[in-house]
Amino acid sequence: MNDRDRVLSTIRRALGRGEASAERLRGVRERLARPPANPVPARAQVSPDRQVEMFAAMAAEVASTVVRVPTPADVPAAVASYLVQHEPPPGLVAAPALEGACDWAAAGLAPRFANAGPEDQAAVVPAFAGVAETGTLVLLSAPDTPTGLNFLPDTHVVVLAARDIVGTYEEAWRRIRALPTGMPRTVNMVTGPSRTGDIEQTIQLGAHGPRRLHIVIVDG
Amino acid sequence: MLPTSHAFREGARRALDDAALQQALGMLKTGFRVKRGVAARRMPEFEQLRDVARDLKNHTLDNLDLYLEAFEAKVVEQGGKVHWCRDAASARQVILDICRAAGARTVTKSKSMVAEEIALNPFLERHAVEPIETDLGEYIIQLRDEPPSHIIAPAIHLNRRHVADAFMANHRDLPPERPLDEPRQLLDEARAVLRQRFLAADVGITGANLLIAETGSVALVTNEGNADLTMTLPRVHIVLTGIEKVVPTLDDAMTVLRLLARSATGQEFSSYTTFVAGPRRPGDLDGPEQFHVVLLDNGRSNMLGGEFQDMLRCIRCAACLNHCPVYGAAGGHAYGWVYSGPMGSVLTPALVGLEEAHHLPNASSLCGRCEAVCPMRIPLPKMLRHWREREFERHLPPLRARAALRLWAWLARRPALYRLFADAGMAGLAWLARRRGGRFAKLPLAGGWTRARDLPAPQGRTFLSQWAAGKRRP
Repeated sequence: MNDRDRVLSTIRRALGRGEASAERLRGVRERLARPPANPVPARAQVSPDRQVEMFAAMAAEVASTVVRVPTPADVPAAVASYLVQHEPPPGLVAAPALEGACDWAAAGLAPRFANAGPEDQAAVVPAFAGVAETGTLVLLSAPDTPTGLNFLPDTHVVVLAARDIVGTYEEAWRRIRALPTGMPRTVNMVTGPSRTGDIEQTIQLGAHGPRRLHIVIVDG
Repeated sequence: MLPTSHAFREGARRALDDAALQQALGMLKTGFRVKRGVAARRMPEFEQLRDVARDLKNHTLDNLDLYLEAFEAKVVEQGGKVHWCRDAASARQVILDICRAAGARTVTKSKSMVAEEIALNPFLERHAVEPIETDLGEYIIQLRDEPPSHIIAPAIHLNRRHVADAFMANHRDLPPERPLDEPRQLLDEARAVLRQRFLAADVGITGANLLIAETGSVALVTNEGNADLTMTLPRVHIVLTGIEKVVPTLDDAMTVLRLLARSATGQEFSSYTTFVAGPRRPGDLDGPEQFHVVLLDNGRSNMLGGEFQDMLRCIRCAACLNHCPVYGAAGGHAYGWVYSGPMGSVLTPALVGLEEAHHLPNASSLCGRCEAVCPMRIPLPKMLRHWREREFERHLPPLRARAALRLWAWLARRPALYRLFADAGMAGLAWLARRRGGRFAKLPLAGGWTRARDLPAPQGRTFLSQWAAGKRRP
């Protein structure tokens, strides 16, 4: 008997039954297809405007910085003015998905549209969604949004449309399940910059991932 | 690692004399404990979530074979591979075989208690594969060549000077006069050193917080982002996890995740929660070429269907450690294996045997704080009592202790006689105490108890006799 059969048969013996009955199997398939509704935090059950405010407040609580701009055309200038706060302003790598999304050159930026390499100091990526209940960004992997951008550079800048902010994680999953491309390989839920408390239980930012997280919310 | 749980008493005694450890453990009271309380109170749904999480996990365990098969089918569908391993030896071999097939020389690892459980690092080292821990705490204890002392904060027993010494001794190519006094300097140095290791690794090994049957995804939670670099950069990603980690759907996962960070560190949500499924896809610019899930049993399936099944709901948040007065005094190393505190005292006897670990279920005052804070509502004190019963049945306690227990049990089943003895005992002790200032510094048969404190003498009659005499108020 191989290990797979051995483990499964031990499980079945311990549960006091053999192979599952057709009825039990149907029950499990049904449970997988239609999970019961979760209890979700009441604080996130508010109007879309309030959800955007809650998202920004919760994100700030975990040391993200947040700025709101009126239209997509304002994004490059917002990114540029954030980056000049650092001396020297770091070079920028951007998700290929953002190429042509707006006029980067007009803001004096010349991002490399590629995955991040070890030398890249700052990355800008688009978010699929924001979750108001904890100020969490939902970032999906795809050929034009590689995962490395979210973790290698010191500075992580994320562009999020206000209409993509939802109340709860469950709403984000509903939108992901509805994607024509199906479930992405990687779903990164990001809540603030990287941190650790492993030295004397004192929180410090910038452990292995980004030292800082800046979120640009696009209202229009 | 080889368990040394049989030496719990000696380990606990050493721990009590270790001033640095006591200072570190003292911080639990103001740190994790307070933060968990604040986070739980901030969420009115918290108690309801605990009920739902308990029920969904019970349902999953009752159908564990089906959910594991569903998970496996989804992993395979996306180009991944699932390896079932009945014990530690089998899991170690599977992982080594994958590393060898990939021609791996270095392996980055994201903190995994299951990897500690199967003693993966020494095994890989013996076979010329170098494992590098990347969680900061786990990296520190790897440099010091010692086991974790806490399941989510492995280096909680150390202070900044211990860490600086470990870095000085191991980062030999850095200037010896560099300043390493501040946690910030220590963290920046670890970040720079480990970044090179991340980029060079051939294989990345992570644990799993949850397995999602619906999608074949593995959910991984970190604050540092080290799991993400571990699984994204190397050519091969191996997930090593216990069979009990599966939940039905993504929605179910969110119920558990809403409890996890709040119970563990008091955060609303950890910095990085990642759901990953399968190897890199056509057109992807990163991600591993191979995706393996090693499903470890190692004694877990034997816990199903019995009095320890509830323990399989555990999500390793460490709330029970953080709130345990015994853990708070003895620290994790005294427990002698990977898992410590109340969850370790229940799990260790099940996984390494009661002969080795029979002291652990006794290392508890049964105060019940662990059950009160457990997000999965695991009845830890009840299970500690189950282990004590088995210990007694297997004649593991010393003869004198068993004789005393048997005598007590005989009396306890005869209430009238019991009361007679209790009344006489109290009166006798009160009489004896008259000349001793009302306290006993020493008592025959109770030397262990009086070694560290005095026994106050009873001053009156037993509760039951007062009750019987109609005295209902003080």
